[in-house]
Amino acid sequence: MQYIFELYVAGERAMSKNTVRNLRKLTEYFPPETCEISVIDITKDPERAAEKHILATPTLIKTFPAPQQKIIGDLSQMEKVIAVLGLKKPEFIKEVTT
Amino acid sequence: VNDFTGLQAPNKAPTGIEGFEHIAMGGLTEGRTALVAGSSGSGKTLFATEYLYRGITRFHHNAVFVTMEERPREIIRNVKKLGWNLEEFVGQKKLKFIDVSPEPAPMTEAGAYDLSGLIARIQHAVKEINARRVVIDSIGSLFSQFTNTAMLRHEIFRITEVLRELGVTAIMTAERLEEYGSISRHGIEEFVSDNVIILRNVLEEERCRRTIQILKMRGDTHFKGEFAFTISASGISILPLSAMELKQSSTSERVSFGNAELDKMAGSGLFRDSVILVSGPTGGGKTLMCTTFAAESCRVREKVLFLAYEESGEQLLRNAKSWGVDFEKLEREGLLKVICHYPEAMGTEYHLLMIRREIENFKPKRLIMDSVSAMERVATIRNFREFVIGLTSFVKQQGICSLFTSTTPKLSGGDSITEAHISTITEAIILLRYVELNGVMRRGITIIKMRGSQHDKEIHEFTIDSKGLHIGLPFRNVQNIILGIPTSSGASEIERIGKMFDDKE
Repeated sequence: MQYIFELYVAGERAMSKNTVRNLRKLTEYFPPETCEISVIDITKDPERAAEKHILATPTLIKTFPAPQQKIIGDLSQMEKVIAVLGLKKPEFIKEVTT
Repeated sequence: VNDFTGLQAPNKAPTGIEGFEHIAMGGLTEGRTALVAGSSGSGKTLFATEYLYRGITRFHHNAVFVTMEERPREIIRNVKKLGWNLEEFVGQKKLKFIDVSPEPAPMTEAGAYDLSGLIARIQHAVKEINARRVVIDSIGSLFSQFTNTAMLRHEIFRITEVLRELGVTAIMTAERLEEYGSISRHGIEEFVSDNVIILRNVLEEERCRRTIQILKMRGDTHFKGEFAFTISASGISILPLSAMELKQSSTSERVSFGNAELDKMAGSGLFRDSVILVSGPTGGGKTLMCTTFAAESCRVREKVLFLAYEESGEQLLRNAKSWGVDFEKLEREGLLKVICHYPEAMGTEYHLLMIRREIENFKPKRLIMDSVSAMERVATIRNFREFVIGLTSFVKQQGICSLFTSTTPKLSGGDSITEAHISTITEAIILLRYVELNGVMRRGITIIKMRGSQHDKEIHEFTIDSKGLHIGLPFRNVQNIILGIPTSSGASEIERIGKMFDDKE
């Protein structure tokens, strides 16, 4: 597994849906087996929100690889997310684009 | 001390903080959020914590504490010295912390967000333990955790709405940058507008003075202006001057001064629930009068508290011994408690609080304070006035027969600030004065006021020997003794001397 993400959202709102869509866009380059994403609705599971100190939603937590990283917002600023997470696109994509 | 249960409007929620219910006329507005604003170190966190602590211990109100600056363990540890065991409440599910203190790991903002996470956690916690009280300390620190201020303003407003829906009575604290300026940083009062309370810690004549002011209280009346408060081992105590009701002497029971001649001058002793002021110059016999009063109290097996601000314990003991009174023995018997303090040791609010605590613990029937005027040195006129009124009204409520002394600045005649502030609220005033007559210093004593009783209005000469104070005959044909400029009136020298002491009796 290359990346493990937890995405915390509050209810089935537009903001939550946008975030999920943005996250999929970010990870669509990856083969599905290299990336694990779980989406947690904190209105249904507030205990999880407390556990992970969630204050703002949406919050994306990269739990693997270390170090753990937290990104808040609907991930619409994708370049920022890529830079912060240091995401590397898989080799075969690089070949196509260059 | 002050029972206002009968006055409470139905929509007031008592906090349990000493004195607050009085100035807020019952407490906070129930079901609403109050903003407690103050500069750093003004006591906001303690105020908020005490609100929850009293809620749990006194009203069985469970509470949620949202902490945004300190970690829960720090808050628990900080109030340990007050004897508050918060982790016990956490264990009993009476208190729940929501820790949103800043995390060490950096957070990145990438797009739109709101504080639904926080709101969901508050809702969940309140429902989980069925909380009635919520504290958010301090709401302003959200502004250092998140950059989108427009969003934050909206979310803070949303939090107050959610709290209202939950039916909890909440306190949010907010930082202020200056003591007399805008209400709070970031203008939070615009969202939490129902109740605004300001805590201050201002330097006044080289002394820190804490005050509390209720700026507004939606839909209800409250006392305006700043009220002094203290933070001590028992938490916050607000000392509202206006709360002090003046109960006039209402008993006809008399107690003795410990000096038969003085009792006689006063009609037949003192009223049991009165406050007596003895004014005189240094060395004028005030401490002796205190000593006799203390000894008399012990003789009739009434506990007496002796507060000394001018002499050390040893000095007091030695002086008493020279008049045949053994303070050490009386203390061992538990009849007497002598407390010596330098007035400079603390502010007047703390002195007052200390005295109240001592009275509550020792439960004396009589109180001696030698001297009240020593407090003038450490207080502004306003603080001194509050101290004097606070003290006298407290001892009157408790029905403690109290003897206060005041040192006059001049040896003969003269008055002092103390007298100006205290004389109207005491039942009796005794003046001790030096009288210079024909090149000889003599001592004069007179009672200038004795509420509710007849008394001897003449100025008597008195002497002090190893047995104590002896009152002699009145001065005759001498005027203006009290003013310090005695003049003999008329007649020839021989005639005057012959008439000065009237031996008829």
